[in-house]
Amino acid sequence: MSQTIVVPVEVDADGGVNLMSLEALTFARRLGSSLHAVVVARTGKPSSEEIAQLGEQGVSTVHVVDDERLSSYAPAGWAAAIVSVVRSAAADTVLASGTPRGMELLAHVAVRLDVAMAANVVAIESADPLVVTRQVVGGTALEDTALGSSLGDAVAVLTVAGHACDPAKAESATSPSVEVAALELTDADLRARVARTEQGEPDQSGALKGARVVVGAGRGAGSSDGFGDLEELTRLLGGALGVSRVVTSLGWRPHHEQVGQTGSRVSPDLYVACGISGAIQHWSGMSSSKTIVAINTDPDAPMVTKAHYAVIGDLHKIVPAVIEEIRRRRG
Amino acid sequence: MADILVCIKRVPDVSGEALLTADGLHVDARHVGYTVSPHELCAVELAVQVAGDTGGSVTVLTVGSADSVEKLRDAVAVGATGAVLVEVDDPDAFGPRDVSEVIAEVVEADAAAGTSYDLVLLGNDAADTGDFQVGVRLAYRLDRPVVVGASVLAVDGGTASITADGPDGTDIFEVALPAVVTVLEGGVEPRYPSVVGRMKAKKAAIDTRSTAVAPAGGGRVTLKLPPQQPSQVEVLGEGPEAAPKLVDLFESLGVLSR
Repeated sequence: MSQTIVVPVEVDADGGVNLMSLEALTFARRLGSSLHAVVVARTGKPSSEEIAQLGEQGVSTVHVVDDERLSSYAPAGWAAAIVSVVRSAAADTVLASGTPRGMELLAHVAVRLDVAMAANVVAIESADPLVVTRQVVGGTALEDTALGSSLGDAVAVLTVAGHACDPAKAESATSPSVEVAALELTDADLRARVARTEQGEPDQSGALKGARVVVGAGRGAGSSDGFGDLEELTRLLGGALGVSRVVTSLGWRPHHEQVGQTGSRVSPDLYVACGISGAIQHWSGMSSSKTIVAINTDPDAPMVTKAHYAVIGDLHKIVPAVIEEIRRRRG
Repeated sequence: MADILVCIKRVPDVSGEALLTADGLHVDARHVGYTVSPHELCAVELAVQVAGDTGGSVTVLTVGSADSVEKLRDAVAVGATGAVLVEVDDPDAFGPRDVSEVIAEVVEADAAAGTSYDLVLLGNDAADTGDFQVGVRLAYRLDRPVVVGASVLAVDGGTASITADGPDGTDIFEVALPAVVTVLEGGVEPRYPSVVGRMKAKKAAIDTRSTAVAPAGGGRVTLKLPPQQPSQVEVLGEGPEAAPKLVDLFESLGVLSR
């Protein structure tokens, strides 16, 4: 059983601990009770609200980095900070959410600690010896893999797949102390560093990943001109538009709207899959949606058989009728 | 002039449900065929573009069985100028640390033979094992900077300008070469091979090598399939007549209340 866990946490640009980091903290409590959070990719002290959020997760110590050299994102430098906390806390586990940055930082951390790393873990198969279950082959298969002490490694390094658990507060909240991480950076740690960030094109997939409702569109949209009604339905449902890989491959929609194995993973309350057959690559990106509705001409399409609800037919006839019905009820 | 090594992997083309071998240790790909991940196809495309812009070369590398040659030829057909197969009997026996060691071996051997790669490109993560770490391990092994998740890449003299989506916008890294970069699908559209490219690929020499790396493997205990849920779909109706029922559902879920 793990005793001390270091959890790198990400904070959102507009403040607050990232939802996926809250999931990682919730998951971490299954492995151990002594939680250290490291705020990554942002220097300086977190807000009191953020510290309170981490306290609600049972975090004992919040480690922050206060070094001008990391004010621009430098993954190796941030990994050095995490490793420094691992050593000072004598941690036996490092666990982060499986976001792009979580994956990147923990890969660096694993190399620096000369240990294995397991990506996209969904469950703990056995705590002692440590065996974790993780997604492989784009979520079509699961792998039980030995980790940490089971492999003779001093530290177990793992990332948690998005939506592997619902974020929940710890039974009793803590009042975390805040410590500045000791940091020794070498020139090599700063060789790859963000030179500038172009704000004009923010990661628009962010809205998609956090949306409560996602309207998904696939080949059934027919052409790049086939999205007008889908966009209107998305607007009426206050959601975000997501598409399958074929839609971006055909150039109908931009890549940041892609849901699936090589796009965004989403977990909305409602996913309305319009004209999407349901290839596993797409399914693995949205299967944790709470309610799935399929609109499809083929009653045997995988998306239809796996959905909770379905309407059989042409989305170009059904979606306008749905829009009209919503407008009628709203008066 | 940028000389680029691109690492690709032949993986089972699983788009439906995966099948496992009887021992539970491998994906059974006998009935589905093999492919290369979209991330790696984009890496090949970026390499061919950069080499074209700078008058450099593109060598494509895979660590795999003899059957992987076909995927190397596909890369030559779209513009790679050289192909290296490090032939191993059981590619699944090589964990991420082993694979990074084999790639490092190739980089060092080629440097000793006169070709120093300015860039080593890999996919962001392998489509089968999804380890998300071989590129980073390789970079540390070679003592080079690494950027992951690149969508666009340009080389100017001794510097690479690398574009990657970040949480707050589009991050631009300026990195001194030589460097390691992992590529995420979406920044470029992989080209289709021309007939001339196909002919060239057919005749291309494959530099087949063995490795001195004794694989330690990963930690795999077993593979298993996610539990299959029986279909519980409730069909609300057919065609536009079903719209009121669908809107009833939206109302009951509270998504129309705002």
